[in-house]
Amino acid sequence: MAIKQLSVFVENKRGGLVAITDLLAGHGIDMSALSIADTKDFGILRLIVNDTEKAKAALTANGILVKVNEVVGIEIPDKPGELSRALSVLDAEGINVEYLYAFISASGTGAYVAIRVEDNVAAESALTSAGFRTITEKDVRGSKD
Amino acid sequence: MEQRYFNKEIETMPRDELTALQSEKLKKQVRHVYDSVPYYRALMDEKGVTPGDINGIDDLYKLPFISKSDLRETYPYGMLAVPLSDCVRIQSTSGTTGKRVIAYYTQHDIDIWEECCARAIVAAGGTKDDVVQVCYGYGLFTGGPGINGGSHKVGSLTLPMSSGNTDRQIQFMMDLKATILCCTPSYAAYIGESLKEKGYSPDDNSLKAGIFGAEPWTEEMRRDIEKSLGIKAYDIYGLTETSGPGVAFECSEQKGMHINEDHFLAEIIDPDTGEVLPDGEKGELVFTSLDKEAFPLLRYRTRDICVLDRTPCSCGRTHVRMAKPMGRSDDMLIIRGVNVFPSQIETVLINEGYAPNYRIEVDRVNNSDTLDVYVELSPDQFTDTVGAITAMEKKLSAAITGILGIHPAVHLVAPKSIERSEGKAKRVVDKRKLHD
Repeated sequence: MAIKQLSVFVENKRGGLVAITDLLAGHGIDMSALSIADTKDFGILRLIVNDTEKAKAALTANGILVKVNEVVGIEIPDKPGELSRALSVLDAEGINVEYLYAFISASGTGAYVAIRVEDNVAAESALTSAGFRTITEKDVRGSKD
Repeated sequence: MEQRYFNKEIETMPRDELTALQSEKLKKQVRHVYDSVPYYRALMDEKGVTPGDINGIDDLYKLPFISKSDLRETYPYGMLAVPLSDCVRIQSTSGTTGKRVIAYYTQHDIDIWEECCARAIVAAGGTKDDVVQVCYGYGLFTGGPGINGGSHKVGSLTLPMSSGNTDRQIQFMMDLKATILCCTPSYAAYIGESLKEKGYSPDDNSLKAGIFGAEPWTEEMRRDIEKSLGIKAYDIYGLTETSGPGVAFECSEQKGMHINEDHFLAEIIDPDTGEVLPDGEKGELVFTSLDKEAFPLLRYRTRDICVLDRTPCSCGRTHVRMAKPMGRSDDMLIIRGVNVFPSQIETVLINEGYAPNYRIEVDRVNNSDTLDVYVELSPDQFTDTVGAITAMEKKLSAAITGILGIHPAVHLVAPKSIERSEGKAKRVVDKRKLHD
């Protein structure tokens, strides 16, 4: 089951990022994962948070560009070559990875990886067949809720 | 649709009668200027032309041109053609392109000006039953006072809002059921955006028409404003030097603005040679006032680039139409030797699905001009991948290159990050230091 991700447009200017993190903190939003893609002019901040809709509403109300979409989340066992194996599975199925980022599992047993692909269902099914465990939003939040 | 006119006799006067009227008025106007303004008399003497040489509008070409620099040179009283004690008002330019120009008005001049504005309001469907919301600036700027006076002459209920305080504009618009909105097109677009943000649909307001001018705008921006406010948008043209708004105005045909030719005689000239160009050719617009008392102008070069159209208009008005100016030649940028009007870039933006909120920056790096265009992204255009956004930037850049022939760097920026204007929009920043 795919995980909800929040993407936020951040202009490359002083205080651009902190304005967003401050706003989220002020609304009690807890972040589980983040990554930033940046260019000369702007960045896209990608977040997995405990309350996506609330975060989106808070950002939108402040005139910040936000998009919610779903990414595939899997657990990667903590041993060499496992991420490569996961990516090979997708490659073999002809599934193109737009981007990915890793974060720590709440249970501490391995790493979680969020993967952005065109077709989430196809990617999940390929990874599951190869023995990877897909994670849910509950896994991401862990026992904190 | 039944056509309504504020002054039917004049507005639909047969061409030959109109020409005769103009010739009579021109002779008197030239005599008045020659007798009353020493600066002008010197210019005419220098050119070897006397009032006796002007027997009608066909002799107009004999007169010397004047330009903004003449008005600046004679500041503050040098162009005054009546005793100061006969004047009842001044208005002034913003002075953004140099020293201010002050225009003087007798009561007769104010009456002419306000009638021109009244014609524009009636052409936009205005009647005594309308509620006209004027959010042009009041004060020295001619926009507010001119339309205000025109609205009084029509007998409409006039809301003298002046510019700014958008929340209050919207409150009055809704509570008093304004039917005609008058402001700059960029402010109209901003009001439309603000209404949407407050959750209003275009059907929620009582507006039926808007009269927008005082800055260049495009056909595409007109359609945008018409959609966002649920109105028909009419263009109006004028400049402080000739009186203010109302020199020309659009009728329901929206095919150019009828010049109030009983008061202002228009010519199109080659801006480089001063030669009068035939109708239909693009050039600089030149105005001669025909019956002004305090601040008459003969062959005043507006620096606006446009085209005149004398073909009959189906609205019944016989007065010549001027196309929407491409921009004042002051607004024209020369980038890498290419003439660029901001309105050309605006047209591309709207055609490519962007809102007309943009900033153009021109700079010179290593002796080469650079053009940067900043455009706001809208929420539905934003995606989570960098590739998609840079692809949008490239596509927009290619579209602008296709029109201008020069390649801009396009930067998509956050919504509302470009400063909004409540008066004339400042969209161009020229950082080149070419003179110092």
